Amino acid sequence: MSSARDNILKRLRSKPRDTGEVQDRLVPDHGWNQQEKIEHLSHQMQAVRTEVQRLGESQWIDWLNSELPKRKLNRVLTGHTNEGQAFKDRAETSLDVQYYAQNIESFKTGLFNKIDVGITTTRGGIADTGSLILWPDEHEPRLLSLVPPVHIALLKANEIYESLAQAIEIQEWEQGMPSNALLVSGPSKTADIQQTLAYGIHGPKELIVLILE
Amino acid sequence: MQQTEVFSQRINKALANHQARLSLRDTMDRLKLKRLQQFPDKQHLDELRHQAKSIRQKALNHLPDLLEQLEKKLTENGIKVHWAEAPEQANSIIHEILNKAGAKSVVKGKSMVSEEIDMNAYLEQRGIEVIESDLGEFIIQLAHEPPSHIIMPAIHKNARDVAKLFHQHFPELAYTEDVNELTLSARKILRDRFANADAGISGVNFAVAETGTLCLVENEGNGRLSTTTPDIHIAITGIEKVIEKLEDLPPLLNILPKTATGQPVTTYVNMISSPRKAHEKDGPRQVHLVLLDNTRSDIHSSEDFIDTLRCIRCGSCINHCPVYVQVGGHAYGSTYPGPIGTVLEPQRIGLQQMGNLTSACTLCGACAEVCPVQIPLPSLINQLRAESISTQFSDSRISGKGSLRKRSEALAWKLWSVTYAQPWLYGIFRWTATRLRFLAPSRLGGWTKYRTSPKPAAKTLHELARQQGFDNE
Repeated sequence: MSSARDNILKRLRSKPRDTGEVQDRLVPDHGWNQQEKIEHLSHQMQAVRTEVQRLGESQWIDWLNSELPKRKLNRVLTGHTNEGQAFKDRAETSLDVQYYAQNIESFKTGLFNKIDVGITTTRGGIADTGSLILWPDEHEPRLLSLVPPVHIALLKANEIYESLAQAIEIQEWEQGMPSNALLVSGPSKTADIQQTLAYGIHGPKELIVLILE
Repeated sequence: MQQTEVFSQRINKALANHQARLSLRDTMDRLKLKRLQQFPDKQHLDELRHQAKSIRQKALNHLPDLLEQLEKKLTENGIKVHWAEAPEQANSIIHEILNKAGAKSVVKGKSMVSEEIDMNAYLEQRGIEVIESDLGEFIIQLAHEPPSHIIMPAIHKNARDVAKLFHQHFPELAYTEDVNELTLSARKILRDRFANADAGISGVNFAVAETGTLCLVENEGNGRLSTTTPDIHIAITGIEKVIEKLEDLPPLLNILPKTATGQPVTTYVNMISSPRKAHEKDGPRQVHLVLLDNTRSDIHSSEDFIDTLRCIRCGSCINHCPVYVQVGGHAYGSTYPGPIGTVLEPQRIGLQQMGNLTSACTLCGACAEVCPVQIPLPSLINQLRAESISTQFSDSRISGKGSLRKRSEALAWKLWSVTYAQPWLYGIFRWTATRLRFLAPSRLGGWTKYRTSPKPAAKTLHELARQQGFDNE
């Protein structure tokens, strides 16, 4: 036990504090149905230059096969997930699809320089702020959604929540958090030069959300 | 009062820079407008502020317990917790972690606490290269300047300033004043740094005790890169940043970006709960949290000043301050400028050195009106003024109480209160003041530098009233 710790705690305990309770949470409850949630999420995300595509549940592979070559996003990185596997199995031959399956230490150069697009799943979306919930794990590493210049995220329409508060409650986040949980609400941006908005500073320059209905 | 002189010199210098003042005014007006657009309903805004305040207040009331809980959860999760009472201690803890791992290069996310302890200089003196990766921080690091705003550190620089800086430091890049191109240049320059840094250092916006989660908000992705790519992540934060539960996060995450920059949400909310686990492919293998006290526990002990610690560092008080908008952040000469700096710095560093910041305030109340956690900033500033000159002190442990007391000033007010309490004395005073008004000095130091000298009227108010037919009532 360090003495700094004891000294700090002792000083903090030198005066008893009343322990008034916090009022009930103002959890917003809009009563939105799925369509409304999709519309709110899309609206918010498009406002910060996110591309939103609404697709049928099984259309996304076809969409990727037709769009990625067109956009010259040929070097594709995915997680070793069911979705990643499904896409790798059915990807156009012109696309070079690989899994992010090795440790970053041996993959840094490739990840930073030789990937055009990273594709991830999501653990849901948040309608009122237009955010994606990312829950990286051993099959879908953290940098997959961050380092490639384009990030494509798959979002199931029935997993969109009204608010973050609702998502935390329904998904019971307090039961266990992953090493790194993320909310992503657009492509990387900054306004640090003259308060002028510019996209693509350090994270992905483009974010594409495929909503699967 | 040497401190006061230095302070006035900085203010005069800032006031003389008309271009900077105009552009700061413009920026602040836009920020104020953008904030208002996020809160169309005043009553709802007040409910949100009250909620945010009560969450922070409750956390402060339970602070020692929550810190212990946080430490326990983080330790269970594999994050090492360090405690530091003072800047020197925090710096040496960080240096030791880096040294032990043989780390020579650090990439850094934005952290005001690291500015508070002057960490970059400490590490650089010991041969460790520190690169600021937030674009604003990167710019001012190139310029060797401190931040002039807590969330927009390079707000005092325009695109041309940045273009010149980039050209000077990276002559291989084509000169441009285009903000988009400058931004892409910064991306290019910093990309390798992220990939090759030995360690990442960041601040923390909220530390959740319940789950042992460090929550960081940002727009650029530099925070995520700094906390994910290198093998070591060191987070540093003040002990007051802890909140009890995950469910406390949404109200704070809701109000913070809206009130700070008028955006509904930041691009990234980064919630870190453990180092890289077995089989995970990336993320740091070591994560450390340094909890810094640096007088916060003293502030915590005061019944009134504890409110200072509710602050969530949004910067709205700064954006709305009529003094800050005229002089900018550097004039304050402190780590934290504006109203929150005026309250925090004298408590952190002492009234003797920083007490004069409280004179750069008109007590207009704008800061308290916008504060998302309802800190009564003007009344705290007023109390600090009193502490700095009074001989009767409150319960606070602030240092330098009474240190700005001037005998001449104290004597003048004493004479005033005696005179105004004795009708006969007051009578003599007003007769003398009106009849001998030709003796009133035409120069009154700083006062008459920009104003004419006040001259007493020829007759007292009482005499004039009597002439008008009012009786002695």
